[in-house]
Amino acid sequence: MADITSQIPASARTGATAIGSGPRGPKPRRRLSPGNIMLYGTLFVVSVYYLLPLWVMVMTSLKGMPEIRMGNIFAPPVEVTFQPWVKAWSEACTGLNCDGLSRGFWNSVKILIPSVFFSIIIASINGYALVNWRFKGSDVFFTILIFGSFIPYQIMLYPIVILLREMGIYGTLWGLVLVHTIFGMPILTLLFRNYFSSLPEELFKAARVDGAGFWGIYFRIMLPMSLPIFVVAIILQVTGIWNDFLFGVVYTKPELYPMTVQLNNIVNSVQGVKEYNVNMAATLLTGLVPLIVYFASGKLFVRGIAAGAVKG
Amino acid sequence: MAGTPRRMRPLRNIYAKIAAIPMVLTALVVFVGGTLWTVTYSFTNSKLLPKLNFVGLDQYERLWSNSLWLTSIQNLMIFGILSAVLTITMGFLLAVLMDQKIRFEDTFRTIMLYPFALSFVVTGLVWQWLLNPDLGIQEFVRGLGFATFEFDPLSNPDTVLYGLLIAGLWQGTGFVMCIMLAGLRGIDEDIWKAVRVDGIPRWKTYIFVVIPMMRPVFITTLVLVASGIIRLYDLVVAQTSGGPGNASQVPAMYVYRYMFTAQNLGQGFAASTMMLLSVLIVLIPWAYLEFGGKKNG
Repeated sequence: MADITSQIPASARTGATAIGSGPRGPKPRRRLSPGNIMLYGTLFVVSVYYLLPLWVMVMTSLKGMPEIRMGNIFAPPVEVTFQPWVKAWSEACTGLNCDGLSRGFWNSVKILIPSVFFSIIIASINGYALVNWRFKGSDVFFTILIFGSFIPYQIMLYPIVILLREMGIYGTLWGLVLVHTIFGMPILTLLFRNYFSSLPEELFKAARVDGAGFWGIYFRIMLPMSLPIFVVAIILQVTGIWNDFLFGVVYTKPELYPMTVQLNNIVNSVQGVKEYNVNMAATLLTGLVPLIVYFASGKLFVRGIAAGAVKG
Repeated sequence: MAGTPRRMRPLRNIYAKIAAIPMVLTALVVFVGGTLWTVTYSFTNSKLLPKLNFVGLDQYERLWSNSLWLTSIQNLMIFGILSAVLTITMGFLLAVLMDQKIRFEDTFRTIMLYPFALSFVVTGLVWQWLLNPDLGIQEFVRGLGFATFEFDPLSNPDTVLYGLLIAGLWQGTGFVMCIMLAGLRGIDEDIWKAVRVDGIPRWKTYIFVVIPMMRPVFITTLVLVASGIIRLYDLVVAQTSGGPGNASQVPAMYVYRYMFTAQNLGQGFAASTMMLLSVLIVLIPWAYLEFGGKKNG
């Protein structure tokens, strides 16, 4: 068995830097070389591993319970039914409440919109101030922020409970919005700081000469110029906040639980017969928002997570 | 803010200072203040309410003699080491495959990364269903004719961690792959030309040239992955609820239990302080390596 990779010529590698040096473009190679078969074969197998859970989720949610009990988890439904979806959305029970996941969905929406809005506004202003209006100690606060993002949330859980209680918003949606704004701040501030520092400084200086102040430059120059990074920030926050579980459990009451928490309570409730099709429909419904964001955003999502990887 | 000489004046940059108030408050009150608060109260015997009644290291002694905590720590160590090693190895291998100038790269990346967009709750519940012994993968394979096939990690205390691991890897490797791929793409094209001239096989180049060059990427990834693992919570809650028995308990669940259900705040604080300590053990060497030797922004 020869090694797979050695059969592919080095010149065939991608290389944005290679332009203009030597012959351009990849060296032609045979489509069906053994190396290629191994390469694509491996990638295909890996893709199956990644896709199977999604496939199973969809298929299970479209089957009736008798069909599920026959035991072929991978088979597509013989008889497609949307009943599990309807039930998951509007009838599934958590404790005594039987109004389905829709409650959790709307709670999550109510949490999501203000959290995304406030966290991004505050973080973009932070990033802008850190780049263009540095003041004594501003970098110290930023460093604390970045280090804070590595600290386990558990250590700050209780002090924040006290803080929210003092403010009178413990157990409310607004309390949770504040928590998301706080914990979204490190990564978003980093994202905006890095972006703003990549903009030409002359722009800022010219605006200063023209007499624009802090807010004038922010709203008239920085904001319009940085729409792409705002989109990245929105993607990051929508998926992050929608997927949150811990803060939802700790800082809200059962009737205000976000969708993830309610989903967990529905599926892992010990009462009654397990309806796997309803459970999978509920799981899929909860995963739908981040999935749509993910598939619609494409490379911007990658950019968002890459921003998290170059911390420091 | 006019063109006066740059001197220390409190009113200079006044708007920037006002605008930075949320950041300053978050950094000082929540991150520093909250951490110090919890650490301080971990030395008290607070039960239902936090009280400043210091008892020294009592809570820590109790913590380290509590079998539930010891199980949690042990689980986290096993899961953490396996998960870190496997996500990084698999992430790197996948990135190498993706870097072979393949067709449909975007499609493959989309497929590998989509689980990362899903929450741990969704991940845990899907894998709980896939690993269901009566109707899941085990039953499917048995239905194919392998009547004695066993694949039921979640109901056995000895294997439940591997069940969690499968789900964790499914969720996280795509992310590591993306970082690694970015790292591979950042390597100078001339390196590849040089080794080609020298006739070194590609696999050797990866092991002896590329991996050492990518050391910072590996370290950063390790720090990100490790700090995520220490927080591990939702996945376990959703997939196993800490069971069977207490076989898959993790520190974050211990903290939650003592803080919010067992009304024993002091224990919860001591446990969360230990979690902080474990992050610092990862973080301080990294910060030292990253920022210690050389000065760069």
